[in-house]
Amino acid sequence: MATDVTAYEEMIKGLWRDNPVFVQVLGMCPMLAVTNSAINAVVMGLATFFVLVGSSFLVSSFKQWIPKQVRISLYIIIIATFVTVVDYSLLALVPAIHKELGAFIPLIVANCMILGRQEAFASKHTIKYAVMDAVGMSGGFMIALLALGSVREILGVGALFGVDLFGPHFEPWVIMILPPGGFLTLGLLLLFFNWFSERRKQFLAKVAQADQNASIAGVKDNG
Amino acid sequence: MDDLLWIFISTLLVNNFVLAYFLGLCPFLGVSGQLDTSFRLGLATTFVLVVTALCAWILNTYVLIYAPYLRLISFIVVIASVVQFIEMSIKKLSPSLFKSLGIFLPLITTNCAILGLAIFATNRGYGLLEGLVFALGAGGGFTLAMVLMAGIRQETEIMDVPALIRGTAFNLIIAGILSMAFMGFAGLFSAA
Repeated sequence: MATDVTAYEEMIKGLWRDNPVFVQVLGMCPMLAVTNSAINAVVMGLATFFVLVGSSFLVSSFKQWIPKQVRISLYIIIIATFVTVVDYSLLALVPAIHKELGAFIPLIVANCMILGRQEAFASKHTIKYAVMDAVGMSGGFMIALLALGSVREILGVGALFGVDLFGPHFEPWVIMILPPGGFLTLGLLLLFFNWFSERRKQFLAKVAQADQNASIAGVKDNG
Repeated sequence: MDDLLWIFISTLLVNNFVLAYFLGLCPFLGVSGQLDTSFRLGLATTFVLVVTALCAWILNTYVLIYAPYLRLISFIVVIASVVQFIEMSIKKLSPSLFKSLGIFLPLITTNCAILGLAIFATNRGYGLLEGLVFALGAGGGFTLAMVLMAGIRQETEIMDVPALIRGTAFNLIIAGILSMAFMGFAGLFSAA
């Protein structure tokens, strides 16, 4: 049972504590370029999920046969293979969204988060842990994409997933779906994330302090 | 000729690779602390971009018409080996240049601007000359953005910025404002 608990932890850590976007600041290019609507963000998230889980699985299964000197090139070739699969599948399944995402689907190859996970995690752990880690990391990436995409679509178009939210009198804040909006929104989200972590740290410190005081008081009472 | 000029100006300013297409953000946010290192990194990237444009054109014309599904894999492999090759030859030919670029050259392989350039040039069906001009414009735009960002960051270093904002969040907000300023160039062509 103990192994299951740690595998679960490997998955959970990617969602919030080691979130690839908010904490490690990786994979910025696709992050900003495709998040002008929530649906694009979801498709991008799913594509990254497939590529990351697939290549983590393959890298960790083949890890004892991969020579150390050429490992980076081999990881990139494995990743590029999965990205090609995703590219052609999206073209067949959702041609409209594939057209909108355009060159950014092939650019998943250059997402440093994916290569980073292979180098830092999948090449050193067993298949089970590598897959769990990949699921968590791409889940965290998806959360970040969705947060950014929803904020930008709500403010820039007044809709979410194409559903109109505010009625005809809403004046759309067009800059939010243009490139500057991406930079500004992500900057403010990071700021919010920092503020939240800081608050949490202070809160935990306060709790620890209170516990200590209580135990000291308890000792005194007993004495 | 007009066409080539248009491609150059448009990738340099209007469709700036960093500020409008979000390509090459890692070095843009990571290495832009010092003015002269970011300028040198910009020049090195421009060089690699031009070489990549040449390779992409050769691959597209002679190899990939037979196997289009291998495009992504072959681009990535070619870019990685070209960067490696350039690194080795610079090391041999000009050790002083290698010393000033050294750290950045291998980093350039993972710069998505390089792969992005090859893919964009293919999607738009550029020929050899157009591709080279496109690469020059993209490299110039990247250098321009890097230098502007480094200058602003050096200025804000001594300012009284709250500790909570410092770091990536602050850089992203600066980039947002820069990107907004660059949107002004979009009027350059509709007016003419």
